[in-house]
Amino acid sequence: MSKFTRFGNDLYTGARSFDFVGKRRIWYAVAALFVILAIGLTALRGGFVFGIEFRGGSEFRVQGTTAVEEGTAAATAIAIDAVNTVVAGSNPRVSIVGGDSVRVQTEQLTPAETDEVRAALAEAYSVSVSEVSSSFIGATWGADITRQAILALVVFLALASLVMALYFRTWKMAAAAIVALFHDLIVTTGVYGVLGLEITPAAVIGFLTILGYSLYDTVVVFDKVRENTSEDGVESRRTFAQSVNLAVNQTLVRSINTSVVAVLPTAAILFIGSLLLGAGTLRDIALALFIGTLVGTYSSIFLAAPLYVHLRENEPEVKKQGMRPRVVRTESGAVR
Amino acid sequence: MARSTAERKAIRSLVWLLVIIVALIAANGASVLFNNGQWTPKLALDLEGGTQIILSPQIASGEEVTQEQLDQAVAIIRQRVDASGVSEAEINTQGGQNIVVAIPGEPDAETLERIQSSAKLEFRAVLTADLASNSIIGDEGATDPGAEGADGEGADGEGTDGEATDDPATDPSAEPTPSASPTDASDLAWITAERQELFDTFDCSSLDVVGANVAPVDEPLVTCEQDSSIKYILGPVEVAGERIADARSGLIASATGVTTNEWGVFIEFDGDGTQQFRTVTERLVSLVGVQNQFAIVLDGRVISAPRTISAITDGRPQISGNFTEESAQVLADQLKFGALPIGFEVQSSENISATLGVSQLQSGIIAGIIGIILVALYGFFQYRALGGVVIASLVVAAIVTYLIITYLSNQQGYRLSLAGVAGLVISIGVIADSFIVYFERIRDELRDGRSVDGAVMAGWKRAFRTILISDVINFIAAVVLFVLAVGNVRGFAFTLGITTVVDLIIVIMFTHPMMVLLGRTSFFGGGHPLSGLDPKALGAVYRGRAQFRAPVGVSTVKVASSSREAQRRQTIAERKAAEASGERNNAK
Repeated sequence: MSKFTRFGNDLYTGARSFDFVGKRRIWYAVAALFVILAIGLTALRGGFVFGIEFRGGSEFRVQGTTAVEEGTAAATAIAIDAVNTVVAGSNPRVSIVGGDSVRVQTEQLTPAETDEVRAALAEAYSVSVSEVSSSFIGATWGADITRQAILALVVFLALASLVMALYFRTWKMAAAAIVALFHDLIVTTGVYGVLGLEITPAAVIGFLTILGYSLYDTVVVFDKVRENTSEDGVESRRTFAQSVNLAVNQTLVRSINTSVVAVLPTAAILFIGSLLLGAGTLRDIALALFIGTLVGTYSSIFLAAPLYVHLRENEPEVKKQGMRPRVVRTESGAVR
Repeated sequence: MARSTAERKAIRSLVWLLVIIVALIAANGASVLFNNGQWTPKLALDLEGGTQIILSPQIASGEEVTQEQLDQAVAIIRQRVDASGVSEAEINTQGGQNIVVAIPGEPDAETLERIQSSAKLEFRAVLTADLASNSIIGDEGATDPGAEGADGEGADGEGTDGEATDDPATDPSAEPTPSASPTDASDLAWITAERQELFDTFDCSSLDVVGANVAPVDEPLVTCEQDSSIKYILGPVEVAGERIADARSGLIASATGVTTNEWGVFIEFDGDGTQQFRTVTERLVSLVGVQNQFAIVLDGRVISAPRTISAITDGRPQISGNFTEESAQVLADQLKFGALPIGFEVQSSENISATLGVSQLQSGIIAGIIGIILVALYGFFQYRALGGVVIASLVVAAIVTYLIITYLSNQQGYRLSLAGVAGLVISIGVIADSFIVYFERIRDELRDGRSVDGAVMAGWKRAFRTILISDVINFIAAVVLFVLAVGNVRGFAFTLGITTVVDLIIVIMFTHPMMVLLGRTSFFGGGHPLSGLDPKALGAVYRGRAQFRAPVGVSTVKVASSSREAQRRQTIAERKAAEASGERNNAK
């Protein structure tokens, strides 16, 4: 039988076990470190870098050019090159309007840069500079979209906490799950902020997808925790912490499998998106989700479960658990 | 061999799934044949291009549009466009002046109307009315009472709360009597000599100039019906359009409660509006003639001028007139989201190419296929032959998702953007996760010593709860985001909702029945090493034939001595089984 299956068996029976709950101070410290780094470094960098859709930018309109007849792709490539001679590394959005004029949208440029880009476009398309008009455009993802999205997030968090509290029959599990969720969101957006990656609407959609995934992972772990601890009572031989630890170990294989499977299609998009196409929608969503999935798995195992134990270990019933004279058993708590 | 209940239920589920798939194909076929649909989902702006409409504001010369007004207008237009379907339009300001609206496809007249019209609604009392054709100087509006040309204004439907309407009659006796300043909104003193003259010479076609007819809120207005058949002098505004809390379109019910075939708009006022409206109707009830009517004015024209039979106290009037289903819906959406702060006119409407293009779509699809292959490979690696179940379920999930998206695209105007494609590819991973949760549960049950049959059923019961709660949470996220958010987030929410529902359908109606049926076969049911369900490989407690796994945590010396003891005390059955397996081992 494969090593991984044997590993899984040992975890299930308790022959092998990692002490997730016992060493929780280490995990808390690591998680706190990540969160502080994420927020701190982003603040040091001056905040997030938002894309054109959020900040608005400049728009150029080239009229009277015949380049369009050679095909849309060729015509748009001309514009991208022209803009890049002035502002290196920019990623303008180019489209053909009205069948024969070219519309180029870039991030906000200084007046000097605007003139240079106009000249470059006029030259690239072989028209006079007067045929190239420029104006500034407002954001397509405006403040109203952001406001409504934040409102929706708050409502969702409230509803999700309620549903989880009802399902698990304890609000403390819901609280631990929400804390893990915040950790995931902060660290993932922190990666974008620290690395200075542009936040586009696609990236925001990736962040929103993480919401669902992080809670999914935590629910899988907590389900097993609930199963183990529901059989516990004052007279059981395992302490509460040991029950939870065993549950986490038993679901370790499941967590690893679900994460790998969730990451595989994301990695496929990331690979194809960034290698073949460069920056763009595919890369933005996939990167956000890739990081979010990995962080989400980490937080369900190392953060959510120990936090839950922490919340409950001071209850009188829980304290009394496992205080009976003990039978010789393994450290993990399995008595099989 | 007779099929057990579990098998029959499993087969029934699979049959139902087939029925659902066939029904979806039929529904799509019907859309293609009758509704101008297509077999592939419609693509959004970034993949297919569409139309770019530039709106420029209508302001008096010398005045300037403020940024706030523009932002507010953008927000209102976005809400109106979202209400017509999930099309992910791009709306932004340009040059601090114009508003640019880019929508996929070609907009029809209704959509342009929806985007651009101000939708300023006012309720004013009627002071006097006349046939529009009587616009000769000196004629005081004396008409032939028999010539009820007012019939042509479109039937004012029978309203609720006793607002039964007839064709308003022109009342030649409503001559202005000079008096001091007007005491209330219906006082005929509002009609000064100037206004009377303006009214007499008023030509309804002058209203066709866009944005022409605006009167201050506290002064009377001279205007006409929408079809220019009757002209009015209306009093100052009594209830403003901002007092509308909600509006929806629907079929009008006659006074007897029978639903007629006419479309109308049902309005709900907020608290203040209800109060004001009650005051108005209470006052108008006691007046006679034309003054008994109040006019509903939209963008400077009267769309309806019903009579007040009784006071309306619940603040829920309804507007009827020459509405079609679409125009009623458009008006309801416009009223619901509010009037634009300034008027706009369409400066240009041009075709715009895709910002991302088809190559990105192809890359997305390739990534999806690679994703499915990778997931399937991992499934084989981890779960051996069960990987086949994973592939089969993913393929069925892909088919169902494609059919649902195409159907919604034809019916609801849902359009697939590149972000949507990425979301669908990612959902492959999420759907496969449900399978893993299920398989791991089955393995846990096997480890506890159940047979494969029992493990499948018991594992399903426990796994289903986990899968259900996760999908419920994802679905709540989708619904909340869809209802509350606007713009791109709505498109994402829609995709998330669809994939969550498909996940549930596939797990319940395909994967579990397949596992039940496979568990009956000897390959899986017997725990063949390649099946992924081998109890021995999983370290099951009970290995069949009275063999047990060595307990954990007990020292090997103790194990050796206690097993010697167990052998001495074997029952007859165990001894025979041990001999049988010994023979087999010797025969190998």
